[in-house]
Amino acid sequence: MTEHYNFAYLDEQTKRMIRRALLKALAVPGYQVPFASREMPMPYGWGTGGVQVTAAVLVPEDRLKVIDQGADDTTNAVSIRAFFARTAGVATTEATAEATVIQTRHRIPEVTLREGQILVYQVPIPEPLRFLEPSEVETRRMHALEDYGLMHVKLYEDISRHGHIATAYAYPVRVAGRYVMDPSPIPKFDNPKMEMAAIQLFGAGREQRIYALPPHTPVVSLDFEDHPFEASKADHACGLCGATDSYLDEVIVDDAGGRMFVCSDTDYCGSRQAAGHKGKDAA
Amino acid sequence: MQAETLTGGFADAPHDAAHAFRAIMEAMARPGTIHRIAGAQPPAPLSVAAGAVLLTLCDPETALHLAGSADTGAVRDWVTFHCGAPLAGRGQAAFALGAWPALLPLGDYAIGTPEYPDRSATLIVEVPVLEASGARLTGPGIATEAALSLPETAAFQANARAFPLGLDFIFTCGDRLAALPRSTRIG
Repeated sequence: MTEHYNFAYLDEQTKRMIRRALLKALAVPGYQVPFASREMPMPYGWGTGGVQVTAAVLVPEDRLKVIDQGADDTTNAVSIRAFFARTAGVATTEATAEATVIQTRHRIPEVTLREGQILVYQVPIPEPLRFLEPSEVETRRMHALEDYGLMHVKLYEDISRHGHIATAYAYPVRVAGRYVMDPSPIPKFDNPKMEMAAIQLFGAGREQRIYALPPHTPVVSLDFEDHPFEASKADHACGLCGATDSYLDEVIVDDAGGRMFVCSDTDYCGSRQAAGHKGKDAA
Repeated sequence: MQAETLTGGFADAPHDAAHAFRAIMEAMARPGTIHRIAGAQPPAPLSVAAGAVLLTLCDPETALHLAGSADTGAVRDWVTFHCGAPLAGRGQAAFALGAWPALLPLGDYAIGTPEYPDRSATLIVEVPVLEASGARLTGPGIATEAALSLPETAAFQANARAFPLGLDFIFTCGDRLAALPRSTRIG
């Protein structure tokens, strides 16, 4: 079917525009580059930003993995994988280590990513200051002046109200000592993984922004000396594979309030089970 | 118009541009690393790498400045036919192409604004030598440190000090390229 589409769906002029934005995004890590986001054959909120970034970086030899909240087998992930298999003719995989390009919605895979891999994030709201300051003119000026006091006030108010920083996902980070950046709604458990050897690209389709992290870029989660950042997760082991080091989803399993905790990263959990690891709820 | 004006573009534009961009992106994401790039046969004196960068990134939306010996009739015709990029002076250019001495002084190019640091020029510098030795590089994209043969150091140090404003550089030599974003510190 690929002959009916240009390679990776987008026309060449659009890809050039996105590619220029990607290069500027890599040159100024954490800064949000405006781009002329296109309508895609899927609704906003389903990863149109990530899809456009993926289309701009794919080569025919790539092996693509797509995850949604860590899972390879959800509707969104399956659809995007099928979209690129059809329009770009690329191979697809569910194995993190085998993938060269990984598009993700709201998780970083548990397996450490390496040089030669690209992680593409789907981003709903790219502006970390947006819920504190609705005006784009103002937030842009705040980034220009490094005026991030408001963000610290927000975290402080968390502490005064809840006794700790209650932000559990989309936890703001400072990139290379300069820009405050929204890591997309990944759990804060994933924040420390953002200092990695792979290239990280962020695409927000509806908001028309692209930003990026080159490999090994310092990424610091905002905190206070007396309330240091903590990468938290549910205090359990995975019910299926017994992993104690992975991010867990809580799943309701019956009508009587029964529940179990399982790895959110399906590939990680599956490979551990295949290797013989067993959790307490495994059949 | 010469016959060479019409030839030397990407034979298979979507695939060639995709491969070329991956090389450029890897270079920009990992300053100091050298990558091969192919697919273009631009007229002299342009290198294969410089031609491929133009075909991958330039189009009617990006003003291009041709500096010094790169500004020949044959190159102008080739760029106009294959990219459609309008030719412009330094101040208006999104991209500039030439040998290092011809591109100077750097103060004439757009370095972006505090609100929009991305509105800055990218300089494609044709260099006679490109190797992973010489100036010591540190910063985003570099695990510990890297080295790259730069035409000089003072101008790049001054450019890095202006971060987040500044210019970004792509060095081309034959069929190889490397890049130096403004975020890289030199020395």
